[in-house]
Amino acid sequence: MIVAERKPMAEILGMVKDCSKVLVLACRGCVTVCSAGGEREAAALASLIRLGMKKEGKAIQVIEGSLVRQCDKEYIDAMDEWDGQYDAIVSTACGVGVNFIANLRKETMVYPALNTTFFGGSAEQGIWTEQCAGCGNCVLHLTGGLCPVARCAKSLMNGPCGGSVGGKCEINKDTECIWQSIHDRLGSFGKQSQMETIAPIRDWSTAGHGGPRKTVRDDLTL
Amino acid sequence: MSFEPKITLFSCHYASQQSCAEKGKELQQLGFPASINLVRVPCTGKVQVTTLLQAFEDGADGVYVVGCPVDGCHNVKGSVRAAKRVTAVKKALEELDVESGRIEMFHLPRGLHPEFVAAGIAMDKKIRALGPSPFQS
Repeated sequence: MIVAERKPMAEILGMVKDCSKVLVLACRGCVTVCSAGGEREAAALASLIRLGMKKEGKAIQVIEGSLVRQCDKEYIDAMDEWDGQYDAIVSTACGVGVNFIANLRKETMVYPALNTTFFGGSAEQGIWTEQCAGCGNCVLHLTGGLCPVARCAKSLMNGPCGGSVGGKCEINKDTECIWQSIHDRLGSFGKQSQMETIAPIRDWSTAGHGGPRKTVRDDLTL
Repeated sequence: MSFEPKITLFSCHYASQQSCAEKGKELQQLGFPASINLVRVPCTGKVQVTTLLQAFEDGADGVYVVGCPVDGCHNVKGSVRAAKRVTAVKKALEELDVESGRIEMFHLPRGLHPEFVAAGIAMDKKIRALGPSPFQS
């Protein structure tokens, strides 16, 4: 899922300081699962906006809504039900959702309530960890399913840097050395010799270094 | 001008059940502050962040939660969850540049006992010292 976290309230209140009516718009996709921007978090944010503005002696009307997702046109179209009820939207979706609203609602000012952080999963309740960098050139078949791009602090492609101690990364002692884990995991299958294959210099153009990316599926387009 | 605080207490069924006996008369006789509006909940684990914030929106100058002891919650982890949410609201109040002491969590044994009253007196004293909520327009 896409993992995100709420921006500081001072930043959010700064966005809406001149508004008299805002719609706090939750997303029921990834950010609900990571408890950053679902209906419950949007309700708390709406309350904090009302309290924050009241403290500054400013009147603001805050309404709440939610969409199934904010990254599909058909769900963005469902925003019509709130037309005329707000000056601006505070979206609790990831950055994709904010962009989609900006793309599709030319007359609507939209602000992000979240900082979108990474593609990750739930390590345990309340803890999410980065697992994928969306680099567009997956090597997981070579590394036992463990990603060196996202999970090695240096995104090394040819084994460990040599700085790890006890299986922990030299950059952060709480982070496992993923190359140690790749070695151990491949070894458990008797395939550690796979690590001896030299990975060529990597073309990072698929990772966004070549500009915004696009996927086109001719079998699906109309 | 004297300040009479409004304090909202969310107390779990078990921590407050005897306190509510005889319509709270015994509680009053023990000196429980009249400034406190006691809201009983089945379990403090049911109290959401939004519930706590709503109390401030509704005009509370202070809010506190009384749940079971950390290692003795009737619903196992209810009072621990409540404490986490109180901490989340404390952080949010700090973000709004408001005293985080306006909300507190207490873990108390069940029944009517001096600690339940003492917690109320302590909150009343603290909120009187802090003054009216900055969220009052």
